[in-house]
Amino acid sequence: MDAKCEAKCAYLLRLGDNALVLSQRLSELCGKGPALEEDMALTNVALDLLGQARLWFTHAGELENRGRDEDALAYLRDAHDFRNLLLVEQPNGNYAHTLVRQFFFDTWHYFQVGALTQSSDQRIAGIAEKSLKEITYHLRRSGDLVVRLGDGTALSHAYTQTAVDELWMYTGEAFNYDEIDLQMVAQGIAPAAEGLRAQWLAHVGDILAEATITMPPPDAWMQKGGKAGRHTEHLGYLLAEMQFLQRAYPGATW
Amino acid sequence: MIAAAHNEATVWQWLEEIPDPEIPVISIVDLGIVRAVQADGDAVTVTITPTYSGCPAMQVIATAVREALAEHGVEQVRIVTQLSPAWTTDWLSEAGKRKLRGYGIAPPVQQAVDLSGLRSGLAAAVSRRGPAAPAVACPHCGSHHTERTSQFGSTPCKALYRCRDCREPFDHFKCH
Repeated sequence: MDAKCEAKCAYLLRLGDNALVLSQRLSELCGKGPALEEDMALTNVALDLLGQARLWFTHAGELENRGRDEDALAYLRDAHDFRNLLLVEQPNGNYAHTLVRQFFFDTWHYFQVGALTQSSDQRIAGIAEKSLKEITYHLRRSGDLVVRLGDGTALSHAYTQTAVDELWMYTGEAFNYDEIDLQMVAQGIAPAAEGLRAQWLAHVGDILAEATITMPPPDAWMQKGGKAGRHTEHLGYLLAEMQFLQRAYPGATW
Repeated sequence: MIAAAHNEATVWQWLEEIPDPEIPVISIVDLGIVRAVQADGDAVTVTITPTYSGCPAMQVIATAVREALAEHGVEQVRIVTQLSPAWTTDWLSEAGKRKLRGYGIAPPVQQAVDLSGLRSGLAAAVSRRGPAAPAVACPHCGSHHTERTSQFGSTPCKALYRCRDCREPFDHFKCH
């Protein structure tokens, strides 16, 4: 595989891993949502993300041509092989954490995938076009709920502010481009970091202002490492549950 | 014995009889997920598109297509999945919308927003200050005096509403 192709595979895995890991996190709340409507919403969003992960993985697997299909990529890699952002592996916490994490991710996902619809790679553009409609719906919902919680009771406001403050340091990684990201930009596949970050900050700023939540400084110190396989301790536990069957019964199918 | 070459129009008619697994009142053709039928001698290629990336019904639909065509003597069936142009509720046929309403599901009320190629429109599409969505008519009494109770419903393609006049809850096929 040439270097160009290798970078694209790595990039596709990042897209797939983000969707898969957040999908798994949201699935943990199935049957445990704070209200029936929320329960349905969380699992529906999880389902959309899972579908998107399958599309990215299938494309990555075919491109790398090493015999790995979507299942092999999801179930047979360990934490250090995952390339998702640290944000999506953070625990569900209280409901403000769950929603703020979702809102931060949805906003990035929305502008990122929106730009990918213009990608020079037709297949990436096709998957992006399909996913963008779903992500739009996710973002409208998570933005709406952040405003309702932030501008809600004194308690919901305090929880939301804490969640924003605690998750903020995980929001810079997406815009911290490494060699792979830069190659994707150069090939016309992915959007540049600066424009994407400006869009993200503008939308997050709008929603947080409406939610009466104080936005932490954009130039605050930010965590990184997920894109290079250096994860927080939370990912291992998530994978242990998600990959249990393949670990206990290697090669099991049904 | 060799079956006669299949006629594409006939295949479309057969497909029109396959119900959507989750909303059996409409066919997969009404739903707009069959994109193309191509007959090549004995072989038939059917191109389908998912409504949602994670739609769990896609496999069931592919199997149903194979079974239906096999019943009509088509042995060689190829199913191709096509993502672009993405499915939107605009692909629903008028007949499909009528059938949905008759079944108690409010059909989509507006044209789906075309987000592709709208780079500059991205921020507007999710702005909370955007135009309010048009009122959904109650499929039971026709009143527009309705409200949404949940953004998601029993399947990824539906939201939950209730009518403030006749007091009945109903499903709304989301505009996507």
